[in-house]
Amino acid sequence: MGMSLIEGNEAVAYGALAAGCRFFAGYPITPATTILNTMLSLLPPAGGICLQGEDEIASIGYCLGASMTGMKAMTATSGPGISLYSEHISFAIGSEIPIVIVNVQRLGPSTGSATRGADGDINFMRWGSSSGLPVIVLAPVDVGDCYSLTMQAFNLAETYRCPVFLASNKEIGMTRESIDLAAVEQPPVFNRTMATDSEHFLPFQIKNGQSVPYFLPIGDNVPVRQTSSTHGIDGYITTNTDEIASFQQRLYDKLQTTVDRYSYHEIGGQDASTLLITYGVTAQAAKTAVRVCNRLGAPVSLLVLKTLWPVPESLIRRTAREAKRVVVLEMNLGQYVNEIRRILPGKTIDFYGQMDGRLITPGQIEEVITRG
Amino acid sequence: MDSLLNKNRPPVFCPGCAHDRVTQALDKGFHLLDMAGNQIAIVSDIGCSGLFDTFFNTHALHGLHGRALTYAAGIKLAKPELNVVVTMGDGGQGIGGAHLLAACRRNLNMTLLVLNNFNFGMTGGQFSATTPADAQVGSGFLNRLERPLDICGVARSAGAVYVRRCSSYQKDLAEEIAKAVAFEGFAVLDIWGICPGRYTRANKLSPKDIAAALKQLPPETGEVPENRRQEYGVHYRKTAKNLKPVAPPATIEKQFEPPQPGRHEVLLLGNAGQRIITAGEILCLAGMTAGLYATQKNEYNITVLRGPSISEMLLSEERIDYTGIGIPDVVIALSQEGVERRTSLLARLDKKTLVLKAPGVNLPPSAAEEFYLDFKSRGIKPQDWALSALATLAKQNRIISNGMLRGALTTRFRGDILTAVLRLLNQITAQ
Repeated sequence: MGMSLIEGNEAVAYGALAAGCRFFAGYPITPATTILNTMLSLLPPAGGICLQGEDEIASIGYCLGASMTGMKAMTATSGPGISLYSEHISFAIGSEIPIVIVNVQRLGPSTGSATRGADGDINFMRWGSSSGLPVIVLAPVDVGDCYSLTMQAFNLAETYRCPVFLASNKEIGMTRESIDLAAVEQPPVFNRTMATDSEHFLPFQIKNGQSVPYFLPIGDNVPVRQTSSTHGIDGYITTNTDEIASFQQRLYDKLQTTVDRYSYHEIGGQDASTLLITYGVTAQAAKTAVRVCNRLGAPVSLLVLKTLWPVPESLIRRTAREAKRVVVLEMNLGQYVNEIRRILPGKTIDFYGQMDGRLITPGQIEEVITRG
Repeated sequence: MDSLLNKNRPPVFCPGCAHDRVTQALDKGFHLLDMAGNQIAIVSDIGCSGLFDTFFNTHALHGLHGRALTYAAGIKLAKPELNVVVTMGDGGQGIGGAHLLAACRRNLNMTLLVLNNFNFGMTGGQFSATTPADAQVGSGFLNRLERPLDICGVARSAGAVYVRRCSSYQKDLAEEIAKAVAFEGFAVLDIWGICPGRYTRANKLSPKDIAAALKQLPPETGEVPENRRQEYGVHYRKTAKNLKPVAPPATIEKQFEPPQPGRHEVLLLGNAGQRIITAGEILCLAGMTAGLYATQKNEYNITVLRGPSISEMLLSEERIDYTGIGIPDVVIALSQEGVERRTSLLARLDKKTLVLKAPGVNLPPSAAEEFYLDFKSRGIKPQDWALSALATLAKQNRIISNGMLRGALTTRFRGDILTAVLRLLNQITAQ
């Protein structure tokens, strides 16, 4: 077993390369810059392309163009960049362009604190587009997750043809950890499904049982259309309200109804009436706190969510079935807790959050557990 | 080759719209170049110029206002063999100004057709970046206060290799377009035209007026000799071909036993220039040579050559979940600025903590055991103090051993630097 010392951002880049990513464009921003740096050292020698865009809007725009030629594309930024990505996130949602977007979160609002961590963009990533249509958001806990969840993010982006966020955090992205990369879970690599009948190709045609259209790249033998406008199956603007309604419903259903297939998570602790629910870097402290509490005879169980959006409702209901008290821990002032309250009516839901650039410590969590 | 116009989707412009002319000329231009639809990608954005992609049987990508050049660059880099033609209006040119500058500077082999009709036709004739100050448009008096932009002048000064100003009505527009598309590099055509739906309702502008106005301006003759250079994609691929693949991250096998069992936290407080972050990495690598799990968090000012530099390390026999630091086992204090960032923590140190302290550094009073580092009198330069402090720890067999530190250094460094750091290690541990 050989261990390497790498930070979360480097692990994202290695995971992307392993998933088949060959196009990256980004604009430097702390704490995401080292993803750009690492992709720049990895991609060009591997026959891929890495660009530094003139701004964030351009960076994701380059990725969307490249993705439409069939390349697996990724971009990375932090909160201020996600703000600028918004119009292109909507484009990727509505026009079903696969892309992985890494958000190494930092303390906001606005330019905020470049070198302080937070999980302040959890709702922003879900709702920061102009449609309200769903996206996928995965949340790594540590460097190993940065690697394997980046691979999963590509798989999901390709399978469902949608933007997939990796909700990292300065405290994961820029923290170095010793890790045995060879031992990290390597999911099989998926690619988008290509249309076989290119003669009769319609870019948004849906056949029976399909929820995602087959793909042909721009540059294929037959002309391929892509548009950001509300379109019919032929990729031209439509004004047919029935067609529009079924298109919107399909974009909603293709993610909302499939989340059980990619509800990544960890369950820890002992069966207990108190259940902690958390995600991201706070899960590191929660794992430690739960271990200490269980050793001291204070039973508590832990659910670490690694798929945040769509909300893995059945996983959460199932895991919380026996719990009387649910404590939601977040590195913000309360965002995902509202989903938990919505899903678990009738249960006592406590919230513990902090947003001052410091990590929530295991000690704080132990206190929350025993105080209940 | 037949016309590439989409017979099922004839142009839908207002009667008399200049865009209609450009549509026909673009089709003829493709014909002159003998291009098939699958060899072309038309990339458009918002406004009436954004309808272009629908009129042709080519690859097409229609996106957000002003951003067409960004998608086009992604497509061209991924598929260099495609002929990429971008249509934008003067509106998209204004909102996407940064992308025009970047495209000119980059010089990818693409063609930009700016369909310049001096206003935002689709939203009611508001003023754009090219609206003359004396025009009557849908933005009240606002355009009178601003100066219109010369697209060609901007493109040329931003480094475009091919710049041409045309009229939608000139007879050889198709030939002009064909020349621009065939040109190896980023070509910009600023094509002036009339928007009958909005602009000419209140402003007099005829094809003749456009021809006369173009004559008044210094001519843009196409290729810009002073900007001539390699095409970006060719240059990129040529450069990338000579890059060596990056080696995967170095791996470390367990070779030693750690001097003390359990989990250890080390806080390194110093200044920019003292190689604090590198020393933190070395400590982690040293731990890993004894099979320990390791983590490192760093903190430094954005002015990287000035101010405090702090590194927090955990070494543990067990998997480390929480990577934050509590009460450290060892504090290495090499600068006052670094200490001041952690005063409240330092005041809480108990007697299990060992503080290695450089001269002149004052810590708040605490129960910690103190050990004085005097590297200065031994002629060791400040940039080597952090590593020397690790050597001091190794000498005391505290958290790391001499062998572990040596193992880390031989993993991290090569050549002359390795020789120098090993000499330093020997100097400290021999005493």
